[in-house]
Amino acid sequence: MEFNLKIWRQKNAREKGCFQTYHISGIEPDASFLEMLDILNGQLIKEGKEPVAFDHDCREGICGACSLYINGRAHGPDDRVTTCQLFMRHFKDGETITVEPFRSAAFPIIKDLVVDRNAFDKILQAGGFISVRTGSAQDANAILIPHDNAEASMDAASCVGCGACVATCRNGSAMLFVAARVSSLALLPQGKIESGRRARAMVAKMDELGFGNCTNTRACEMECPKGISVSHIARLNREFLKAKFSD
Amino acid sequence: MSYKLESKIPEGPLSEKWTRRKAEVNLVSPNNKRILEIIVVGTGLAGASAAASLGELGYNVKIFCISDSPRRAHSVAAQGGINAAKNFQNDNDSVYRLFYDTIKGGDYRSREANVYRLAEVSSAIIDHCVAQGVPFARDYAGYLVNRSFGGVQVSRTFYARGQTGQQLLLGAYASLNKEIAAGTVKCYPRHEMMDLVLINGQAKGIIARNLVTGKLERFGAHAVVIATGGYGNTYFLSTNAMNSNGSAIMQCYRKGAFFANPCFAQIHPTCIPVHGQQQSKLTLMSESLRNDGRIWVPKKIEDVEKLRKHQIKPSQIPEEDRDYYLERRYPAFGNLVPRDVASRAAKERCDAGFGVNETGLAVFLDFKEAIARLGKEKVAERYGNLFEMYQKITDSNPWEEPMMIYPAIHYTMGGLWVDYDLQTTIPGLYAIGEANFSDHGGNRLGASALMQGLADGYFILPVTIGDYLSKKFSEPKTDTSSPEFEEAEKAVQERMNRLFSIKGKLTVDSIHKRLGRIMWEYVGMSRNEKGLKKAIEEIDKLREEFYREVNVPCTQYEFNQELEKALRLEDFFEIGKLMAMDALERKESCGGHFREESQTEEGEAKRDDANYMYVAAWECKGDDKAPELHKEMLDYQFVQVKTRNYKE
Repeated sequence: MEFNLKIWRQKNAREKGCFQTYHISGIEPDASFLEMLDILNGQLIKEGKEPVAFDHDCREGICGACSLYINGRAHGPDDRVTTCQLFMRHFKDGETITVEPFRSAAFPIIKDLVVDRNAFDKILQAGGFISVRTGSAQDANAILIPHDNAEASMDAASCVGCGACVATCRNGSAMLFVAARVSSLALLPQGKIESGRRARAMVAKMDELGFGNCTNTRACEMECPKGISVSHIARLNREFLKAKFSD
Repeated sequence: MSYKLESKIPEGPLSEKWTRRKAEVNLVSPNNKRILEIIVVGTGLAGASAAASLGELGYNVKIFCISDSPRRAHSVAAQGGINAAKNFQNDNDSVYRLFYDTIKGGDYRSREANVYRLAEVSSAIIDHCVAQGVPFARDYAGYLVNRSFGGVQVSRTFYARGQTGQQLLLGAYASLNKEIAAGTVKCYPRHEMMDLVLINGQAKGIIARNLVTGKLERFGAHAVVIATGGYGNTYFLSTNAMNSNGSAIMQCYRKGAFFANPCFAQIHPTCIPVHGQQQSKLTLMSESLRNDGRIWVPKKIEDVEKLRKHQIKPSQIPEEDRDYYLERRYPAFGNLVPRDVASRAAKERCDAGFGVNETGLAVFLDFKEAIARLGKEKVAERYGNLFEMYQKITDSNPWEEPMMIYPAIHYTMGGLWVDYDLQTTIPGLYAIGEANFSDHGGNRLGASALMQGLADGYFILPVTIGDYLSKKFSEPKTDTSSPEFEEAEKAVQERMNRLFSIKGKLTVDSIHKRLGRIMWEYVGMSRNEKGLKKAIEEIDKLREEFYREVNVPCTQYEFNQELEKALRLEDFFEIGKLMAMDALERKESCGGHFREESQTEEGEAKRDDANYMYVAAWECKGDDKAPELHKEMLDYQFVQVKTRNYKE
């Protein structure tokens, strides 16, 4: 297969970026999108040009490192996959494909398609944990958790922290990301004690770091590679309000 | 032997050794902990859990990761589960049985005392993870459930769907975040360790490269902990993440830490087969699939040919024409034999011409019977995300046709040599998780990597490192402007300058792929003397070509992924060669290491306990000199050493 690639190039955070177009051919339909970029980079290096920088690591859809905005969609045209699990058979032979970084005020560009998502870590550091010390825990079966709660918590905990929700949201909101963590822990008895404190601290940090507000467009849910439901946002709001009213 | 390897195993009965050691180690008082600095390199299960626990104790911790966030570490990709001797199933599991299964599964090449301790602390890991909010699978009464893994006859594996590694890592990462917020841990994302710094023979710090600015930075400490995982990416195609590398352990090796059992690499039987020349990595399908999936190839070569020409579908081949070769060869364990045995059996069938895809390198993993027995819903609850992942990657529906699988490099049992305290041969340098060698012998059992990483990080290192640090608090803070730091930084700088100056025509990846082919061909699933010697020659030649022809574009002082890869590849050459040398020296078949010269008439691996019951620890003697082999003899006092038998 062959493609024209319109790729965002930007030397670093300070300099201005622009689109550059490259032609690539001889791509196997079963090659992944990132493998196609590997081949493009090989070609660019041979031509004495700078290869395209992009984040990637596990290439099996779980680490959340890859973060490309392809043809106007976070992680590209296939549903419920990260970029690394997108295969070239989903594109038409000869197609022009536009590739951009995840764009958001809270995710500054480092180079080309690589952005800084450190803001996510900072939100989690604000309260995305249960404050248990190693050595304090009682027997695992002493905390019983209803099957359905464990499953619902697991649904929320499937978030890979890629930032597709933020890149997709027209407000640049991180509500789905924050909600996934708050909800996952609020559904468990051991996470309940700190739930209100957690919700308030994480929401405050999210606001401080320049993420926008949620206006319920549900675009985040549509583009989440793990299909995390906006119902978790409702649970976050409940936890947040409960905490406010208990003041 | 010029150097005696002191494993420092405590005296006494197996079940009392850890208790005794804990009672012996010196403690550090809280006010002294505050002035002691520890560097942890790597943020996977081992690194994150260690840094969090050390932070909780009050030490000053700096943790480094090459990714943008600790959560990306490749522990995240472990699917199936984590073992613990809880005996929640009442199937007569115990600490002893978990210990015994691990020793046997490792083909009697691991240390009894270390493995027993691992089994002993396993239970506390589950307790702690549940308390952290890890959503393990539960039954309708709210109790934890278990499943089975290869090489065992009990159900002791705890799991969170097919994402157990992810959930455990999120747990450890959450604890790490708690400590970062508390100020005890400082995290350095997008930083790569470039060298270890020794002062008076003790580990005192590291040189790291800031991957965004490209600048070299110096960090001092009272002790350094390596938790950077394994070196499976030497083979280029593996189930490791693209950025996983063996450079940190090689930096330590060059500074005097011994490298143990480099040839012990695990080849995982259930990976998605290679699809073409442009492939960059292999994807693993969890071993848990072997609980309910049955592995087979056709009995008739005509059926194989028709399959390859797509004239028939696998589901059309009748039951009587299918060869369930694991069930046939190993009736007692069937599809749940250990990984090394399952991998070799797949290779044997494919070498005999029964491989089922176009490349002839694939076998079937079939759920037809499980779907009929359990119903689609139950199968989906257990393996739903794995089925989905398989379908996304291969474009084939595993609900209708069997999956195709083939073995791939997955995990490395070898690593830095450590004593019972997890300290390497360099004072103050510790290695934990996959980066050390101690617990898995010649072959690791499924769901034990997560257990080991967390055992080391949460419960073992935080105790043992205190013994070393208890003598260090009166020493002054490490001075990073000392000549030792100066010299180490200069050497790293020269190494990078050399790479940029080559300006050849070949990309790093193209050379790495060729190294991978040499490794897979000669140091892969089946090894022999001639092939191993050839591998060493070929690696030397390829390395020369690399230093002549590689092209590292752009500059040091920017985000430069090609430079990162080139630096890692330099170390992969050295690891590959060391693996081949170790494999050459070990003339027995053992665990994942199969020497063709050492097999039974039925083609099963033949161990040689009389001559090879030792840990091979290699000492670096300098760039141009051959490394020196030291042997730590393994003394089995508590288990009877037997031939592994999964047939009866």
